[in-house]
Amino acid sequence: MSPAKWNIILKIHRQKQGEAPHFEEFPMQVDPDEYVLDAVERVWAFMDRSLCFRHACHHSTCGACGMRVNDVEKLTCITPIREVTRDGATLKVEPLRNFPVVSDLAVDMGTFYSRMETVGARAVLPVSEAEIENPPTTWDADESQYIRLADCIECGLCISACPAAATSTEYLGPAVLAGAQDQGLKRNLKLLELVDSEDGLWRCHSAFECTAVCPSFVDPARRIMDLRMQVIEERFKRLFRKP
Amino acid sequence: MSKPHAIIIGAGFTGTATAHDLALRGFDVTVIERGDICHGTSGRTHGLLHSGGRYAVKDQESAIECITENTILRRIVPQVIEPNGGLFIALDESDLAYAEQFIESCEECHIPLEEIKPQEALRREPHINPRVLTAFMIPDGTFDPLRLALAFAGTAKRNGAKFRTYTEVKKLITDGKGNITGVNLLDLKSGKSAELYADIVVNATGAWAGEIVETVGVNVPVKPTPGVMVAFEQRFVQRTVNRLNKPGDGDIVLPQRRMVVVGTTSFEVDSLDYVPVLEDHVKLMIERGAQLIPAIAGAKIRGKYMATRPLIGGGEGRSVARTFKCYDHKEMHNLDGLVTITGGKATTLRAMAEKTADVVCTKLGINAPCVTAETPLLSYRQYYLQPNEDFS
Repeated sequence: MSPAKWNIILKIHRQKQGEAPHFEEFPMQVDPDEYVLDAVERVWAFMDRSLCFRHACHHSTCGACGMRVNDVEKLTCITPIREVTRDGATLKVEPLRNFPVVSDLAVDMGTFYSRMETVGARAVLPVSEAEIENPPTTWDADESQYIRLADCIECGLCISACPAAATSTEYLGPAVLAGAQDQGLKRNLKLLELVDSEDGLWRCHSAFECTAVCPSFVDPARRIMDLRMQVIEERFKRLFRKP
Repeated sequence: MSKPHAIIIGAGFTGTATAHDLALRGFDVTVIERGDICHGTSGRTHGLLHSGGRYAVKDQESAIECITENTILRRIVPQVIEPNGGLFIALDESDLAYAEQFIESCEECHIPLEEIKPQEALRREPHINPRVLTAFMIPDGTFDPLRLALAFAGTAKRNGAKFRTYTEVKKLITDGKGNITGVNLLDLKSGKSAELYADIVVNATGAWAGEIVETVGVNVPVKPTPGVMVAFEQRFVQRTVNRLNKPGDGDIVLPQRRMVVVGTTSFEVDSLDYVPVLEDHVKLMIERGAQLIPAIAGAKIRGKYMATRPLIGGGEGRSVARTFKCYDHKEMHNLDGLVTITGGKATTLRAMAEKTADVVCTKLGINAPCVTAETPLLSYRQYYLQPNEDFS
């Protein structure tokens, strides 16, 4: 009982070294319940072997396949085609913004990962250390309401969607500030100087785009607000501290 | 004397782990990968850090490899592991009948085992099937597939290994007598071609290993065998849950991030570069998963995907041993300069690399012991902190 196939045009951002970026169209037949990444991978497998794109786990645990799909940041491995286009329509796929493009859809994560490392963001934790920050009261509770920073997959969607990140390449960005918040100033006071700066916490102007696109329910925007509170608290303490 | 140069084709688990091992043994290493890290099978692996329990009864060689490597990986790369343990649960008479062999075999393979009563199993994991008859705790774990490969790749890079991603091997270069001396490359980012020479070429392309060596007219007995996995949008369990019986389809559920993943199936394909996720396999995973964790039947699917295992040797599907093999093509086909490593599974990546590096060192007359079991890996983020190689 496979559903009716759709005919779509996959419009992919192409860019090779020394070339101007452009779009290339690939008409293809898809199952609307396939994921966007499946269609991109088929272009590589059957239509153009030179297509460069990042992907690995295909189920939202690694964070490699973030792209802009019809102008919205998506983790393409869990985005069903049905949710982002319709039969006969075009599906535009572009690399994430605010990252250097390596080629086509692949971006360079170097600066972002170095900042994640600087703030000591933790990626995989034993359950004993992966704090659930709003623990459920019963085992039957809807777990999708929980918040765990250990779920951040470093996909970069929040950096791409952030209007403040577009204004400065030096801006730490949502995931990095969220990682700093998770560490907490109480645990690591060295973070204060880094985040209490023009390109740290104070460049964010509360657009909340990061939380809107986060595929892992990490809620970076709330964490940025919380970290601001921590910084203000720390500044107050210093006012009353003897030199 | 200049360092020996090794080219490794493929930046999956075996390629990145072999790069790390050879870099530590004093090699100049260049890894060539047509996609990014974990472009093929490795990224999509189930993510089960095997204790060996799954293989203890039928395939003791694999089981012993698993428990040994499980222990080593916990030590050298804890950053990518959730060491939460695992349960084998019995749900019917046939499972109970399997228990005796299971206990005996785990003991023979030195896999630590603790039998727990049904009510204790349900206390630890309230979402498992309440009809559980008995349960065993074993040291399974889960790992983050991409970050596991990145940790090996990043550490290798820090030790001098070079990575050329988005670069395809077009041809193996031969010396006229059939021996391999290098590779012809196409950089997909620029469209430029180049030749790269080496003292040894390591074919670490897993399920694709046969396709690479076919170009020089030889073959390796690798049988690509895809399987389907389904991820659900709720973390029902904190530990891996296995059906206490001989390995079959959909008998492992494991937690990852805020999901559980059910796997897997076993089938054969003609073309490897794109394998469709078969809808009847997805249905089977939901059915089988729900036997272990009933709530899976009504859970929201987050992702459906597949990975192609590189099985080696003869036999059909599940009956094939899950161990690995390093082929020296000099011994097999009188063709020097090329070794192929394939088979195995993610849990044994370090051992596969050790074996491969041993073969390479023996071939080149280099006396350098393996130290990867005692060398903690650097942060997986190191991979991205250092730039990759380019042609320009």
